[in-house]
Order: sequence, then structure tokens, then C-alpha cells
Amino acid sequence: MRLMVDHLTLYRYDAPVRSIVQSHRLTPSIFAGQAVIDWEVTVSGGVEGARHRDGAGDEVRGWTIAGPVTEVAVQVRGTVETMDLSGVLRGHRESVAADCYLRDTAPTRIDPALAALGESASGADMLSLAHALSAAVSGAIAYRPGVTHAHTTAAEALALGEGVCQDHAHALIACARYRGIPARYVSGYLFATEDGTMHEAAHAWAELHVAALGWVGFDPANRCSPDARYIRLGSGFDAQDAAPIRGIARGGATEAMDVTVAILQSAQ
Amino acid sequence: MTQFNEMYHGTEVRIPYARLQDWIATMPQELRSLKQAEAEALFRRIGITFAVYGEGGDPDRLIPFDMFPRVFSGSEWARLERGIKQRARALNAFLVDVYGRGEIIRAGRIPGRLVYQNADNCRTPSGVSYMLESREIMMRMFPDIFRENRIEPVDTYSEKLRRTLASVAPAKCNGEPTVVILTPGHFNSAYYEHSLLADLMGVELVEGQDLFVDGEYVYMRTTEGPQRVDVIYRRIDDAYLDPLCFRPESMLGIPGLMDVYRSGGVSICSAPGSGVADDKAVYTYVPDMVRFYLGEEPILRNVPTWQCGRPDDLAHVLANLPELVVKEVHGSGGYGMLVGPKAAKEEIERFRAKLAEDPANYIAQPTLALSTVPTFVEEGVAPRHVDLRPYCLVGERIELVPGGLTRVALKEGSLVVNSSQGGGVKDTWVLAE
Amino acid sequence: MLSRTADNLYWIARYMERADTVARLLEVGSRISLLPSAQGYRSEWDSLLQATGMAHAFAKKHGEPVQRAIETFLFFDRDNPSSIASCITAARENGRIVRTALTTQVWDALNTAFQELRGLEGTKRSSMDLSRLTDWTMRHAAMVRGSIDATLLRNDGFNFLNIGYYLERGDNTARLMDVKYYVLLPRVDFVGSGLDNYQWTTLLRAMGAQRAFHWAYGGDVTAAKIADFLICNPQSPRSLATCTAGLVNHLSRLAKAYGRATEAQDKARNLVSGIETATVEAIFDEGLHEFLTRYITDAAELATAIHNAYLGGEMR
Repeated sequence: MRLMVDHLTLYRYDAPVRSIVQSHRLTPSIFAGQAVIDWEVTVSGGVEGARHRDGAGDEVRGWTIAGPVTEVAVQVRGTVETMDLSGVLRGHRESVAADCYLRDTAPTRIDPALAALGESASGADMLSLAHALSAAVSGAIAYRPGVTHAHTTAAEALALGEGVCQDHAHALIACARYRGIPARYVSGYLFATEDGTMHEAAHAWAELHVAALGWVGFDPANRCSPDARYIRLGSGFDAQDAAPIRGIARGGATEAMDVTVAILQSAQ
Repeated sequence: MTQFNEMYHGTEVRIPYARLQDWIATMPQELRSLKQAEAEALFRRIGITFAVYGEGGDPDRLIPFDMFPRVFSGSEWARLERGIKQRARALNAFLVDVYGRGEIIRAGRIPGRLVYQNADNCRTPSGVSYMLESREIMMRMFPDIFRENRIEPVDTYSEKLRRTLASVAPAKCNGEPTVVILTPGHFNSAYYEHSLLADLMGVELVEGQDLFVDGEYVYMRTTEGPQRVDVIYRRIDDAYLDPLCFRPESMLGIPGLMDVYRSGGVSICSAPGSGVADDKAVYTYVPDMVRFYLGEEPILRNVPTWQCGRPDDLAHVLANLPELVVKEVHGSGGYGMLVGPKAAKEEIERFRAKLAEDPANYIAQPTLALSTVPTFVEEGVAPRHVDLRPYCLVGERIELVPGGLTRVALKEGSLVVNSSQGGGVKDTWVLAE
Repeated sequence: MLSRTADNLYWIARYMERADTVARLLEVGSRISLLPSAQGYRSEWDSLLQATGMAHAFAKKHGEPVQRAIETFLFFDRDNPSSIASCITAARENGRIVRTALTTQVWDALNTAFQELRGLEGTKRSSMDLSRLTDWTMRHAAMVRGSIDATLLRNDGFNFLNIGYYLERGDNTARLMDVKYYVLLPRVDFVGSGLDNYQWTTLLRAMGAQRAFHWAYGGDVTAAKIADFLICNPQSPRSLATCTAGLVNHLSRLAKAYGRATEAQDKARNLVSGIETATVEAIFDEGLHEFLTRYITDAAELATAIHNAYLGGEMR
């Protein structure tokens, strides 16, 4: 499937800021399931800084924007050819040991309810256990935007019983780690099909490390594994660690952010 | 409990201390008090003071200085030096490995979970200023004994440190690298040390606010405009390096630094993440690292250590609590530790409960580990327990200064050498062969 | 040099000079208060507080300006950022931060002042008379200044210290004169009276310049002579002419060392030419108060320019 991405993030400050530094994970991952046709990231008034591939295989780029500025636009445009690998991250080069992803973080910390949810799943082998865990999370947290926020933890979302893709991914990560399966947070894009069941074009899901296959993606928000509709950008311990854009502005202004994402299927 | 007294073998004086025997025998009590006061005045004057976290009180407190030196013979030190450098090489190989292929873990020599689930917790090594200043003060007060004993100098440390730092400059640096020391700031208890090292090396002492990222490099804010920085000798924890990476809610640190570091625009010493090698649980595996990476037998033995996270070890520890020292894996400063032989019954029971609750958080060691060295006390001279902190630099080469920080537990029988709990410091001598 | 280091050096100088001025102010105040007070005067102490911009903070804390309370407020009060105790503490802390940019002698002078201050703070107040406190302050200010002059390398750090000293000193001279002329003597018919002359003499004395003045001018003390002495005379160590010339000198040395001039150099030159071309007649025509106010504003703008160019670290 050939997908075209148009992703604009607009930062506005209520007072001029002196400078801004950003760190981007905005380049599609390199693995057998996707190939970049063209891809461009621009930052208004920005100077592109250092770029490197981190231990998890993500391309990270720094940007600096000299002030004073009150508005910064981060524009991502590109085309990616994707393929359905049933969620398996085949051919992805990374050096971080999978066991690292057993370490918990504040948003993915286990609590008794998450532990019980994790216990409730079972499977004959690791892969079926992973599927069962993902299904358990899908069942326990209903998709509902607006009830949770950026800093909601997995435990809080489960207690609410509602949330968005970030909460689903956090909950699955927490349960998987609890069961001894290394798990991580993945950010990317999702092409919404016409039947309207898909949500959130700027999307997130989880990857679990299944010994025989390596990393395998699970999207509990959509009760499936990533396929050709998904574009993978990068991963981390949790949403914050895997954020496509991280930034800090110098100067005491309040920041407002506006995101628009359009994913279209290209007719070639 | 057997203790090794470094000065006496039975009633005989061991060779390294031979000349000191006369020195104390002939030193009148009045002179001693006078010199002690002089030493304190000197320490206070240079402002080398120590703030105890969370204790309030005088922020300009001095660490007690004991004038009786701790002495190594040349051959004793040569062996120590070989052993320390061997450990340093192994630890360095370990760091390269765990952030790369993780061979030692695949080989099953160290449990992966111990390493990978370890939140990086780097404690920057402090105390080198005490090594340097103790020596300065001793030389000033007792020039005669320095003439009689041929003592290896320690003041080469700053030059060695500067060379080591320059040797790790990134490939992108052309010309003489610009080195800076990154300090948490003047409220930090080790600020004196940071400023002393900056002064001795002739490099800038910077705080996070003095540095910024622009494009592919890090710069410092100077009166002549931005100046590019090549090597950062950081004396702050990982968590405060880059808010974009570690603590987004904190405004401390230098946003974007890690991106520049990872892309080779700047070197950071010690490397972020190297704290994993400083972990007390990982420490127990250093002999295994020496064998695995270097194919050598360890020259220095580890202090026997029981990992309370292992059921067998825990059983042993619980059965022998009154004889053991129990420490928190991530603890420092001598807090949260149990010294079995000195502890009251209730305290031992309190630790028993703690161990049952979270065994993996503790390690235990036997108490006989610390030897004693004669120390000036109220009544004259008496043995007190000491430890040793050597300063080893790993860059292009591995360098060790002949000397180090000897900490002494000033309370009779005490094994706690931490300055926050009644410990003092001594000058450490290595005799030239 | 790190901008922050330059900033710390600059503030060491400003704080030490400020402590010195506050001590002198206390001396002026206590001398003037020995004068039989005439009807219709505002409290002299209050005027002094007004001149230094501390009146509001004082009134809030103590209400009526009683001498003892003022002494405490100006010397010991840590809540008052301009008190001598606050200034010396801040100067020493700035010095501790940049220890490596100072010589042992400078650090010793700063640290000794601070350690003795702690001793004074622990001494019973009633056992110390005011003159002991003001003498003590001026002596330590002089020791710090002297150790800087005697031992410090003549590099950029030395220039930043001196820039701090001259800016603060010029500002203080202008304010002290303004106290005398505008605040202490609000009615024009007092000009030339015995009271007027007594106050001028007191002011000179407070600036430690009474003898110097007589050597330089002789004869009666008049407003014109004093204005000339404290504004135009380059021999007078506290005159605006001396302070501005010092600023230009040290800023030029910076421009030369760094191979680049900034807005600060231009502003300093303007300030100097404003003083050099001024005559006493012209100053009195404009009004002394107006002239001094203009100087204080211009000097503050210069301080901002220096901050932007060197101390703030934002220069590209």
C-alpha cells in the first residue's frame, strides 16, 4: 500500500521565546514492512542539527530555532510503500537488548488491577500469550477520546475503563512486562479506512518481544496487529520516551499546540 | 574478628611505617595540638568544606583531617595498581559490551535483568580534592618527614585528568579540544572540588545554563560570544544532562545535548549510562568480567558479597546478620546500612524485616574487610578502620595516581568511614622504591 | 571568559561598592541628625531612605524612621537586599562561585569580610556604636578593592570588576548629591544659608572628600564648587567625570581584547562627553536634580547594554 503523509504540528507561544530546541523521531523506521519513497521534515526558522540512529534503530534529528519567535511549524510530508507483515518487525536493525524493555516507567507502572488483567490472559506459547494480553487490554479499556490526557498512567486508564491509543499501549506494556515479556511503545501513523472504525491518524501501539519472532506489534485500540495501513516511526519505554517531537523553549511563555494529520492512499 | 593493622605486625613495625614510628614518638603533645589546629585553619581558609545532605546545621563544615598518614610500600602499590587497572579495563569493556551486543549476558555470566533493569544511577566520584589538599597541607606542615620518606607525588592528577579528557575529544573536533567541567552549581557540596579541578586544569567550570545546543554542536556562553565545547567532564547525574531525554519536567540540563553527544558532536565523561558499572550488585561480578573480557585471573579479590536477591545468599545473610554489613544496592553516604556487630538487637530485627520485604535491594559483606591504621585520638595514637578510594582515569590510556583518598572511621571500633557519619580523611602515601 | 563569570565579577564589585556607600550614607545620616532640626523639614533619615530607593521597604517593615531601626535596616537586615550584610554576603557568594577567576588575596579579603560579618551579627548590638560598624565596612570595602588592584591579572575579568565599580560609584555619587540638593533642601530660599553649607560639608565628609575638596578649591564651600568637584573634576575619585572615564577606559580595553566594539562602548562615550562638556553654570541652568536624574537614567541604560553585550550570554 502506498501511503501519503501530511502532518503539521504548530506550536504557538503567548510571548516571544528566546530559543527552542527540538529532538525529532519523525523518520519512518527501516524494516521489511515499509520503504520510503520520499520524505521531508521542515521546521520554520529552524537549523537542522545533529542526526544519529539510536540504539533502538530510530533516526533522531535535532533542531534548533533561534528566537525571538512566537510560532513554530513542524511540517512532515512524504510517501511510504507499506506491506503487511502481521505486525512482525522483520529486518529492523537495533542494538538495544530486548531485556531492557522489562524496566518499568511511571506511566507503565504495574498496580494490582493491571497485574490481575495480566494474570487473566493465557496462551500455549509466548505469541499466543501476547495475543491474549492484547485482547484482554482491548476488552478492559474502551476507546473513548477526551477522558484521559497526556499524563494519564496505565493504571489510571484501566481504572477508568476508557482511553485512547496511548492508554491502550501503556496498559498492554505494563501487563506484558508483568508477565515477563519485554514490551515497548511505538509511535507512527495509521491510515483510516472508509468503514470508519479506525481512529487517530497520529497513532501509537505496542510491541512485544516474542522470542521466536523478535518484536511483534499489537494495537489493542484497534484489536489487531499493525499491517499495511501502519507507518512506524520510532519506539521507547513509554509515550513520552517514544514521542515523535520533543522540545523545550527558553523563556517563560505558555505553549499551545495544534496538530493536523492527513494520511491518504496514493493511486501510484 | 581479625583485623589487619597496617602499621604493626604483632609488635613489629611494618617497613613502610618504619620512619613514622620515630616521628610520632618524638612529637610532643603540644606540637601535635598546634599542628592539628593549623591544619584545620588551612582547610577552612581554602574553603574546602562539606555540606551534609538533609542535616542542616553549618553548611561550611569541615571533614576531620587526621595527620597520621596511611602508607603503602612501592611494591604493595605496584600490585594494587595492576589490580585496579585490570578492573578498570574490564569495567570499560563491560560498558562497551552492555550497550552493544551484550556478550557477557548472552554467555550467562551476568544476569541480564540485573544489568538491563537497572535504572542508571551514576554517582560521580568525589573526594579527589581531599587527596590533593591533604597532601598540600601535610607537605606544608611537616616538610621534614617528606624529606626523610620518598613519597610519590599526587599533584600529577590534574594533568593526567586533563590529558585523559583531551584524549577522548570527538573526531569532529579539529585542533586543541575545548574541555569544560559541568557542575550542578555552587550550592553543591562538592563545588569546591569542581572549582579546584577547573583551576588546576585551566578549563572553564560551567553550569547547565552556560551551555546551549545550536545545530550540530554544543557551545558555551562567553563574553566573546558562543564558544564550541568538545569535551564535557560532567559532575552531575545523567538525569540532569538533557531535559529532552531524561526529565522533561525539569528545566535543568542542556536541551538537545544528548542528540549532539550521540551524533559525535561532543564527548561526555563519564559517558551517560556508565552508572550501571557503579551499581553495588553489578560490582559483585567484576571478577567475572575480568575473566570474561581479559581472559585473566583477577589480581584483586572482591570483598565477598552476598546478593540478597538470590535465595541462597539471602538465607546465609539472614542466618548471620549480627556478623555482617548490609547495604542498600543504590545507597550511598553510609545511610541505610546495617553494621551487624555494632548494631542493637532491635536494629538487626528491623533490617531482618527490610530484607524480607525487598531482598533484591540489599547486599551483604563480612565486617572484617577494613584494616586499621594508627590515628591521632584524644589519648594519643590508636588504630582506626580505614578504606581507600583510588582515582583511576580511563581514556586513550589508563592512568592511576600513586595515592588516593583514605577515609578513616574516627570512632573506636566503628566501620563507617563516611564523612557524613563521623568519618575523617588521611593523606595516603606511596613510597618510591 | 564565561558570561556568567563576568557577571559574577561585575556583581562582586557592585555589591562591595554599594556596601561602602550604604556605610557612608549611615554616616551622613547620623551627622545630619546631630543638627538642630528646623521647622518644616522632613525627617532627614527619611530623605536618605528616599534617595536610595529603600524608603518603601523600610516603611513597610518599621513604619516611622527611627534612627536605631534605620541603622539595623541598613546594616544587618538580610531582607533588605541593599543592606551592608546582604551586600557583603552576596559579594562573597559571587566570589565563591568564581574562585578560580580571583587571586587568593582577593578571595581572602572577601571571605574575611564575610566571616567577620558573621561575628558582628553574633555580637550584642548595644556593644557596637554606629561608627564602628561604618568604619568596619569601609575598611573591608577598601581591602577588597586594594587586593584587586594589587594582585589581579589585568585581563577581561579585571575590566568587568572595574566596570562594576565605576557604574555603581557614579550612580551612588549622583544619588548622594541628589539627596542633598533635592531632598534635603527642598526650599530654594535655603540655598546659601548656613544650613545649606553645613549639609554640603557633611556630604563631603561622608564621601571622605572634605580635605581633598579644600586642597582643590579653598575658600568657602559653595554649591557650585561642590558640583564641580563631584561632577566635573577628573581629580576627584568619586566624581562623575572619573567614573565615566573609568568606564570608557575599561570598555575600550574589552573592545580591544575581543576585537569587537559593541553598543556599550558607544553609550559609555556619550556618557563621558555629556560630563566633559558640562559646565557648572549649564548644570545649574538645567537644574541639578534634572541633570543628575538624566545621568542616572543614562548610566542604567549603559548597564543594560553591558549586560546584553557581555554578561547575559546571548550575544551571537
